[in-house]
Amino acid sequence: MSEEIIKNIIVREDEDYIVNMGPQHPSTHGVLRLEVCLHGEFVNYLIPHIGYIHRGIEKMSESDTYKQIIHLTDRMDYLSAHMNNEAVCLAVENALGIEVPERVKYIRVILDELTRLASHHLWWSAFGMDLGALTTFFYGMRDREKVLAIFEESFGSRLLHSFNIPGGLMHDVHPNFQKHTMEFVRYFRKKLPEYKQLLTDNIIFHNRTKGIGIMPCETAVAFGVTGPSGRGSGFACDVRKVAPYGVYDKIEFKEILHEEGDSFSRYLVRMEEMEESLNILEHVVDQVPEGDYTARMKPIIKLPEGEYFQRVETARGELGVYIVSDGKKYPYRIKFRSPNFSNLFVLNTLAKGGKIADLVAICGSLDLVIPDIDR
Amino acid sequence: MNSVIKYFTSIFKGIRSLWAGMRVTGKYFVSPGEIVTEQYPENRATLKMAEGFKGEVIMPHDENNQHHCTGCGICELNCPNGSIEIITKRIPNEEGKPERVIDKHIYHLSMCTFCELCIKTCPSHALAWGQDFEHAVYDRTKLTKVLNKPGSTLKKEGALL
Repeated sequence: MSEEIIKNIIVREDEDYIVNMGPQHPSTHGVLRLEVCLHGEFVNYLIPHIGYIHRGIEKMSESDTYKQIIHLTDRMDYLSAHMNNEAVCLAVENALGIEVPERVKYIRVILDELTRLASHHLWWSAFGMDLGALTTFFYGMRDREKVLAIFEESFGSRLLHSFNIPGGLMHDVHPNFQKHTMEFVRYFRKKLPEYKQLLTDNIIFHNRTKGIGIMPCETAVAFGVTGPSGRGSGFACDVRKVAPYGVYDKIEFKEILHEEGDSFSRYLVRMEEMEESLNILEHVVDQVPEGDYTARMKPIIKLPEGEYFQRVETARGELGVYIVSDGKKYPYRIKFRSPNFSNLFVLNTLAKGGKIADLVAICGSLDLVIPDIDR
Repeated sequence: MNSVIKYFTSIFKGIRSLWAGMRVTGKYFVSPGEIVTEQYPENRATLKMAEGFKGEVIMPHDENNQHHCTGCGICELNCPNGSIEIITKRIPNEEGKPERVIDKHIYHLSMCTFCELCIKTCPSHALAWGQDFEHAVYDRTKLTKVLNKPGSTLKKEGALL
């Protein structure tokens, strides 16, 4: 069944012509090249060409210690840098059987949700801009700036904060961290209805996204499309619910599911996820206990021989980290199952038969980050 | 008839959604409230970065031109990119025995990824973050810096900087 779905049948006719979308196209959000075969205005098929920003992070990790790997994972999906760090840290901690302090777990969850919000802000801004609504960019960036200010105060950097280390955090958060987080939650609750007025209720936006790029649940499962894109098709794949890590099992939150599977339902999932993130933040931010910010770790971490796997929910889907260790201080092999790689290759199935303008809408609704695809 | 009604309702809906959006933008146009943009570089004199802002790695010196770096090389070992090079020299101490001290602590800003491992692992807390972030230069050799100031010596005792 799933083999039939993922099979790409390429039939080219004489009057078709091939257009390169990218690697420098604004709507591909990075150096992604799509070889689009057009029959008039309609997309016949498309082939994604990846590898323009391949840096060999997996290979580089084989000559780095477990502490040094962390700063490389920032550079994969830079918009969910914190979750990427957390994935490697959790894998190492579980392999060594270390119990991190409660304070660390709570702070990690707060950071997860703040990063998710910042990432969805950028996605909302860019999605609106892809479809011709330039205003959204200013409003999204205005609110994202508030999250980045919290990051800058506590970790010193705005985007790539290598703040996690195996065993805990790099240093303690700023004393004002919880206060400023709470201020942001209150601020953004007031601003979120503006997003609805500006874009969600807009009739042009409805016409551009409703019924465009319909992905049935079977297709999402067959391609392994996870995260908000998969949940827009009714695929319950939230790792925070399926395999809870940190303190997610102690927090009550909804898993957002929409059944329609078109671009608009993928949009709605992310919008409602923002609200849900605010709920989680409100619930958690007062519960952070006092205590150490890191567990006792040896200066040189050596994992026992074996294979370890850990998955986390990033802003775009399920990130898996697979470590093979031969008992040395460097991993023998490290493999990242990145969400964007799977999310990209469903694009051909979604865009086939549609118009080229819809391809931009579908591409935006999948929320791709290209450095995560190439790694 | 049905299609005519549909046509006019869609026009009405379009105008209404346009009005809803324009109301938000119009509100900010006439009453912007707080101004969210930074007036950089006009505000250079008053711009203050956060306490732990990762501008560049520096080595704090006290008023006697003394620092805490012993030249042990742990930061060089921990750096994932080879941004740090330690060059040591041997000079005789008070008893006349040769002692290893730091000659040059070379920091390649162009290769640094700001992972904080050097600062975190330094056993004598000799390194810290500097808040300077205007790193643009015309010549890339200027990005290679020597962190210990000329003529500086090791601070033997006293409170950490």
